Amino acid sequence: MKTFQKGGIHPPENKLTAAKQTEVLPLPVSVAIPVSQHIGAPATVIVNKGDSVKTGQVIAGSKGFVSVNIHSSVSGKVNKIDSIVDTTGYKQTAVFIDVEGDEWVDSVDRSDDIITDIKLSSEEIISRCQESGIVGLGGATFPSHVKLSVPSGKRCDLLIINGVECEPYLTADHRLMLEKGKEILVGISILMKALKIKRAQVGIENNKTDAIVHLKKLAASFEGIEICPLRVKYPQGAEKQLIKALTGREVPSGRLPIDVNVVVHNAGTAFAVYEAVQKNKPLIERVVTITGKTLANPGNYLVRIGTPVSLLIEKAGGLPDDTGKIISGGPMMGKALINTDIPVVKGMSGIILFPSSESDRMPSQPCIRCAKCVSVCPLGLEPYLLMLLAQKGLFEKAEEERITDCMECGSCSYTCPAGRPLLDYIRLGKSTVIKMARERVVK
Amino acid sequence: MSTLFNISLSPHSHSQETTKKLMFGVVIALLPALFTSIFYFGYGALIVTSVSVISCLVFEYLIQRFLLKKPVSVTDGSALVTGLLLAFNVPSNLPVHIIIIGSLVSIGIAKMTFGGLGNNPFNPALVGRVFMLISFPVQMTSWPVPAGFNTGYTDAVTGATPLAIVKEGLKNGEPLSDLITQIPTPSQMFLGNMGGSLGEIAAIALLIGFVYLLMRKIITWHIPVSIIATIGIFTTILWLANPAKNADPMFHILAGGVLLGAVFMATDYVTSPMNPKAQIIYGIGIGILTVVIRVWGAYPEGVSFAILIMNAFVPLMNRYIKPGRFGEEVKNG
Amino acid sequence: MSSTVIITVVSLSLIALICAVILYFIAQKFKVYEDPRIDQVEALLPGANCGGCGFAGCRNFAEAIVNAKEIEELNCPVGGASVILKIAEVLGKEAPVSEPKVAVLLCNGSPEHRPHTSKYTGVKDCRIAHNLYMGETDCSYGCMGLGDCVNACAFDAMYMNEETGLPVVIDDKCVACGACVKACPRNLLELRKKAKKDRKIYVACSNCDKGGPARRACKVACIGCGKCVKVCQFDAITLKNNLAYIDSFKCTFCRKCVSECPTGSILEINFPPRKPKVESRAETVSV
Repeated sequence: MKTFQKGGIHPPENKLTAAKQTEVLPLPVSVAIPVSQHIGAPATVIVNKGDSVKTGQVIAGSKGFVSVNIHSSVSGKVNKIDSIVDTTGYKQTAVFIDVEGDEWVDSVDRSDDIITDIKLSSEEIISRCQESGIVGLGGATFPSHVKLSVPSGKRCDLLIINGVECEPYLTADHRLMLEKGKEILVGISILMKALKIKRAQVGIENNKTDAIVHLKKLAASFEGIEICPLRVKYPQGAEKQLIKALTGREVPSGRLPIDVNVVVHNAGTAFAVYEAVQKNKPLIERVVTITGKTLANPGNYLVRIGTPVSLLIEKAGGLPDDTGKIISGGPMMGKALINTDIPVVKGMSGIILFPSSESDRMPSQPCIRCAKCVSVCPLGLEPYLLMLLAQKGLFEKAEEERITDCMECGSCSYTCPAGRPLLDYIRLGKSTVIKMARERVVK
Repeated sequence: MSTLFNISLSPHSHSQETTKKLMFGVVIALLPALFTSIFYFGYGALIVTSVSVISCLVFEYLIQRFLLKKPVSVTDGSALVTGLLLAFNVPSNLPVHIIIIGSLVSIGIAKMTFGGLGNNPFNPALVGRVFMLISFPVQMTSWPVPAGFNTGYTDAVTGATPLAIVKEGLKNGEPLSDLITQIPTPSQMFLGNMGGSLGEIAAIALLIGFVYLLMRKIITWHIPVSIIATIGIFTTILWLANPAKNADPMFHILAGGVLLGAVFMATDYVTSPMNPKAQIIYGIGIGILTVVIRVWGAYPEGVSFAILIMNAFVPLMNRYIKPGRFGEEVKNG
Repeated sequence: MSSTVIITVVSLSLIALICAVILYFIAQKFKVYEDPRIDQVEALLPGANCGGCGFAGCRNFAEAIVNAKEIEELNCPVGGASVILKIAEVLGKEAPVSEPKVAVLLCNGSPEHRPHTSKYTGVKDCRIAHNLYMGETDCSYGCMGLGDCVNACAFDAMYMNEETGLPVVIDDKCVACGACVKACPRNLLELRKKAKKDRKIYVACSNCDKGGPARRACKVACIGCGKCVKVCQFDAITLKNNLAYIDSFKCTFCRKCVSECPTGSILEINFPPRKPKVESRAETVSV
C-alpha cells in the first residue's frame, strides 16, 4: 500500500467518533461570524447594525482575488459589528446576528435530490466558488477558486482529493465520505471540469476501510475518479506528502503543487463545491467533530458557521470539570482555544477536549541528540538544529538550513523524548525568517 | 470565567517516549550480556559491574549537586548506562580502586566538564576505558579465563584474549594455522566462552540486546550494520589476499569488542551523528579504523580507539552531511 | 656528552630562527592596515558590546565612527554624551548634543487591573507567545510578562516583579541602550527623556482598541477619550489609534493630565505627594 517515504509518525488514532452518524446541531440563539475565515484579505462588511439578514445572504464581500465572500449562516437581525477572539487567538472583526427563525434566501435549492448533471462552465464554477465563500476545509482555509485558477504557463493533469484525515481524533471527513459519498464524487467531477482535466485520485488512509469500500462502489459510475487506499501515517494529509504518496512526485522546496501539475482539494471542500455549484448554497455550515476521552457524548455535528463552541460542547454532554485544554482542529496541528465563546469557523474540523492531566507539557530536558526528530521529519529537516539556531537568534543560518520548508506538522515535538519545545522555536524562527525575506524584497 | 484553559503551541499530544525510558531500554538490552558474563566469570563480573555503576551514579550526583550546583538528574538513567558500559569494557578481575578512577574519568572528565548529558563529544565509558588502559596497562590486559560462576574475583586464572593470541603469534612469526588451534572455535566465541572484557564475550547475548533495541526503536540499524559490514568486507579482502597472515572475517567479528562496540558504544546518542547518511559514514569509519588498528597497530584490539576517533568527526559530519531534504530533486513520475 | 648539549642548543636555535623568519615574512605579507584611531576610540567605549548603537559590538561602532564624516547620527547610548565628547576630541570632530534617556514600560496591566483569561503553558518567550495568541489576558497589546526584555538587558537594569507580572526598570542602572525596546515583540518599552529625580509622567498603556473593549480587558487602559489632550497646555499629548501619548521632550511635568485621566492610565512617578488625596497606583511600577 502506498505512503510517503520520508519520516512520519504513528500517534494513537483515538477516532472515538468514527461510527457516530452526523447530526444536525440546533440553531443557536446568536452567532458571531468573523469576516476573516480564510487566508488572504479579510472580507469587507456590507451590512449594518439593525439590518435583517436571511440565511445564505452575503454579509461581507470579498476584497481582491485571494479573498472570498462571507455569508450569514442564520436569519435574523444584525446585533452589532464588534471584535471577537477567534481560533487565531487574536481579536477579529465579526458580525453578530441574533437568530430569528430560519428563513433562507430564495436562490438556494434546499431539496434533497442529488443533481449529477453539471451545467456550469469552468469559469462559472470558479467564480461561483468565490461567490459562495468556498475555502479549503481541511484547516488551511485557502480560497478554493485561487487553486482552481491554474496560472498561465502552468499545466494541471491530476486532481487529488484529500480524504486522509491523518490527525488523531478527527472524523468529520470520514463521516462526510460515508454519508455524502455521491455528492462528494459529483463535487470532484465539478472540480475536474473547472480544471479541465479528466483524472482525479482520492487518497484515503486505510483506517477508514468502510469509506474506501463505499466510495469505490460509487466511483464505478463516475469517469476518471480513482479511490486510493493509503497506509496510515501522520502527516499524510499534508499536501506535499499526499502528492508524494499517491504519485511519487515531489513538490520542490518553496513551490506549490501546481508546479508538479497537481491540484489538491479536501474531501469536505469537494462537498462544499457540490452544494455551491449544484444547489447554489453558500458555505454556511460544516461538519465538526466534537470529541475527547472525558466527554460524555462525543459525536459529529453539522454546525452553522458562527455558532459558539460552547453549544457544541453542551450538545456533546457538557464541559467536563477537569478540562484543561480545548483544541480546535487535531491534536497535532490544532490551536488551543482561550474560551468556549469562540465561534465555529470554516476551517474548524473538530473540537477536542483534553483533561488537565493530558494538557500539560512535560518539562523540557537537555537534548540527548538521539536524532529522533531528524528521522521523523517528513521534510528531511533537522529540527534540533533549527530550534538551536532560532533560540540563539541565528536566523540567517536557519534560513540556509531551510527553516521555511517546515510545515509545522509537529512530528518532532511529538517524538522528542526530552520533551523539548522544538516546534515552538522553529515557528519563531520561521516567522522571523519570512519577515526578513519580506523586508529584503522591499529593499 | 471560572477555569482558565491551557494555551500552548501545537502539537498538543506527546509520545510516551522519554529520555528515562530510552536509557532504561538500553539497560534492559545490556542485561543478557551481563548475565552471560556472570555465568562465565563469576563474582568478579558482578563486583566490577556494581562498583562501576554505583561509583558512576555517586560521581554524577556529587558533581551536579556540589560542584555545578545544578538540578540533579541522576535518575535519568544515563549515568547508569555509562556505568554498565564502563564495566562491560574492562576485565572482570579489575581491582576496585581502578574502576573507581575510571568512573571518575568517565563521568567527571568525559561527561560533566562538557556540560553533562547531551554535550559530551566523546563516549564517556570509552574515555574511562582508554584512560584506564593507558594508565594501568597490566591490570587492564590480564583477562580471566571463563571458568564458571564460582570463579574468584582478583585471583582468577588469567590468559590472553583470542585477538592477543593471534596478534602476538603473528608478530613472533608463528603460522596462523597453529594459532587457530589455540583460540576458541567460532561457536565457542559466539556463545561467549573466551577471555576478554566483561561484556564483550557473548555475541549471542549482544545480538539479543541489538534486536531488543531495534524493536523498541531505541536505535536504528545504520551504525551497527555499517560497522560490522565494513569490518567483514575489509577483513575478507585481507584474508583472501593472504590467508596465512590474516585471520578470517568471522574471527574478527566475533572476537574482541566489535559487537559490543557496534551495538552499544558507537550508537551512543550523544556522540553519534544525527542523520542516517552520516551514521553510515561514521560506521564505515569505525570499521576501517578498527581493522587498521588490529592488523597494523600496536594494540590487539582497536574498537574503542576507532569509536573515539570517529566521535571527534561527528560535529563535522553533522555540519556537512545533511539528511536528504524533501523536494530537493524534482522527480516527475 | 658536551657535544650532545651543543648539538641540542644549536639545532633548537636554528629551528627558532627559521620559524621567526617565516613568521616575519607571513606577518609582512598578510598585514592589514588599520586606522590607529579605531583602537583609541574602542578604548574609550564602555566595552559592553550591547548593540545599543545599532552595531554588532563596540569595535564595529568604533570603525563606523572613525570612518563617518559626521558623527551626528552615531551615538553610544551606554557611554552617553561624555563618551561621545571624548571620541569627538580624538577625531577632531564636533560632538552632537544628546539627552540622557531611560527605558519605560508602557503597560500597567498587573493581574488586579487585567484579569487573566487563559493560562499559557508554552515556552517562556514573549515572541513565541505573541506569535501564538493575544496572551493570558484579554488585552492583545499589553505585556505578556515572559521576560524577553529582562533577558535582553545586559546591565541588570531590569527584573520581573513577581506580583504584577510586569518587568521593572531600575532607573539608576538603565543606560538606555535600547536592547529591551528591540526585544519586546509588542513594542511596549520606550526610551523617554530622563528628568531630574527620575520623575516621569507617561501613559502606561499601549492598547489601541476602542474604549469599551480596552476598558473591559484592563481597568487602567487608555480608552482614548482625549481629555488629557485638551487639558495639556504644552501640546505634549497626542491621540492616535485610540491611544494617548505624552512626548517626554515637551512635557513640563505640570501633572494636570494625571488627575484628568478617567481610568488612571497616566502615571506620575517620583513626585512628592500632592495635596491630601493621592492615589498610590504609581507604586506598582516605581522602584
